[in-house]
Amino acid sequence: MEITSHQFKKTASLKLRDQKVQSALGKAKGKFVVARERAVKELDNLEEIRQAAADMRSHCLENLDSYLEEWEKNATAKGTVVHWAESAEELNSLVVEIAKRNNVKKIIKSKSMIGEETGLNRFVEGHGIEVKETDLGEYIIQQAGEHPSHIIAPATHKSKDDIADLFAEKHQTPRLDDIEALTREAREILRPHFLTADMGITGANFMIAETGSTVIVTNEGNGRMTTTMPRVHVAISSIEKCIPTLDDFALINRLLPRSATGQSISNYVSMTTGPKREGDRDGPEEFHVIILDVGRTRVLGSDLRDALRCIRCGACMNHCPVYQNIGGHSYGWVYPGPIGSVLTPAYKGIENALDLPNAATFCNQCGVVCPVKIPLPDLMRKLREKQFMRNLRPFAERLGLKVWATLAMQPFVYSILTRTLARIGKLIGGKKRYLRKFYLVGSEWTKQRDMAAPQGRTFREIYGERQNLSKKEDVR
Amino acid sequence: MSARENILSRIRAANKSAGNAGSDSARVAGRLSNPVLGPRPNLDWDPEEQFIRKSVASASTIAQTDSMENVPGLVNQYLTESGLPRSGVCWGEFSQLPWAENEIEMEFRPATGDDKVGVTGCDCAIAETGTLVLLSSPDQHATSSLLPETHIAVVRKRQILKTMEDVWGFLRERPSGLPRQVNFISGPSRTADIEMTLVYGAHGPYRVHIIIVND
Repeated sequence: MEITSHQFKKTASLKLRDQKVQSALGKAKGKFVVARERAVKELDNLEEIRQAAADMRSHCLENLDSYLEEWEKNATAKGTVVHWAESAEELNSLVVEIAKRNNVKKIIKSKSMIGEETGLNRFVEGHGIEVKETDLGEYIIQQAGEHPSHIIAPATHKSKDDIADLFAEKHQTPRLDDIEALTREAREILRPHFLTADMGITGANFMIAETGSTVIVTNEGNGRMTTTMPRVHVAISSIEKCIPTLDDFALINRLLPRSATGQSISNYVSMTTGPKREGDRDGPEEFHVIILDVGRTRVLGSDLRDALRCIRCGACMNHCPVYQNIGGHSYGWVYPGPIGSVLTPAYKGIENALDLPNAATFCNQCGVVCPVKIPLPDLMRKLREKQFMRNLRPFAERLGLKVWATLAMQPFVYSILTRTLARIGKLIGGKKRYLRKFYLVGSEWTKQRDMAAPQGRTFREIYGERQNLSKKEDVR
Repeated sequence: MSARENILSRIRAANKSAGNAGSDSARVAGRLSNPVLGPRPNLDWDPEEQFIRKSVASASTIAQTDSMENVPGLVNQYLTESGLPRSGVCWGEFSQLPWAENEIEMEFRPATGDDKVGVTGCDCAIAETGTLVLLSSPDQHATSSLLPETHIAVVRKRQILKTMEDVWGFLRERPSGLPRQVNFISGPSRTADIEMTLVYGAHGPYRVHIIIVND
């Protein structure tokens, strides 16, 4: 996928003014939050489970080479063909190679964010092979020629009316006005494709080293179709998705669906180990797994490595006040929200996503809900520091920070200056006690809102006074 | 060097540069042979009751009986009451039950796109989440629980285990190891991809009816 994160401010402003997007986001925001809240209440020891899951994911990363080798050994023993891809291009070429060798004309695809990363669909179609997305949200997005705006609800920015128009146009059918009927129409259009496709592509939520299995977690059943109906199945995954044992999956699976959709368990958890066995009457004849790097090993060696614990539940974006208002497309690449603000610069280059780590209030809602305790605000702060150190911030901002740093190291000057400014602020604020407009510094801020005027004394003055008081109390 | 070697050596180098000791093969081998059982939530409920409660919560319907012989009659009752056709496909293990006597036309083969009802057993079930566990095998067609609009599953009470961890115990003891696919099914297929509105029957069954047999 082409990265457009450098247009963040422009896209975000457009989305903020787009009534349709705002109404769709408004509907989604409460539902995700309430559903998760209700589902995690079922776990009386949520914090203990989160800590165990975070520790398990860290342990995986520390021993990743060994677990991947173990996974490969066990997968191969069951007849899975394992491929490794260092780059997006390599992964795409491997998929086309497998398809061509098997004379594949049509592919059905279950949702995969890695496929979005590598631009797989466009590449495969360029080789004359038809690809059908089958997750309802992804299908809608594919029909509309757009990109997903959310990692688990790809079409969350679209309204029922948008989809009704889209289906009527693309399917050449009468326009439907009802969500159930629209879903049924998509089912009926896609069913023949499931039954006639030559190859299925899925992602993998996890790879289990102990058994050499891949696991996908879905609700619609398209994942089961994709892994069962076609004669060739290709799963695309990335190195960090490997976990040690079946029990580790049971642990993480108490958190993933609850954090994502607010379910105790997703409708379908499908664990695949190798192709069709002797005597089996369904299942693919060939099962391939392609394991991708593209940036993961670089992040593993950096101070952002905790981000690799991510299990792609989407809770961080669902709870993010910034995401809730601007939606996923503003972020300009595959992963939106707080995790996207870390992964996009980490994978695509800090200089290509300068605004993302800064588009955060650091309220830490993302950190609080993350099932594997990724310290997202800390990671964004590290990215801000890197931007500053590499002189990637605008001149005025760097100058401002330098001036402030110089002053802060001279406590006496600093206190005189802040006292003076606070008193001037009070004067200007007047009876209304609000500052309406800033010049030079902070003018962007006051474009949107007023600032409460300081009320005369600085923090240090009040603090110092209280210290003195309590000293007197002690003496008494 | 191959992509595989490059990636593995980059992982090793990355872990070293991030200040880790690198892969600890003894620890890895230990964890693989003695899996770590993570913390589990409070499981202080009766497994059958919890299984029913959670199955209903994920929109399945439930019937109960004390004999396998009654299953075809219960299937007939459910299909008639729901206004559904009384014909379908079924796993081989139930081929001896009195289907014809109960006016049900049952075939014992994998499902096609045209079959309206699929009857399956299960290998075990999970009480904690109300989940059916179906292993693929020559007689246990994965399509029967997937392609038809109605899925009817027969669960023996003794097959209900408490948690997913208990399923691993069951699978690890299987002489042939893991089958091609282990399918965990919790209720009918669903989507909320349009305006976050829940709709059943996205691509799989619209309905899941569970018959619990206490024999």
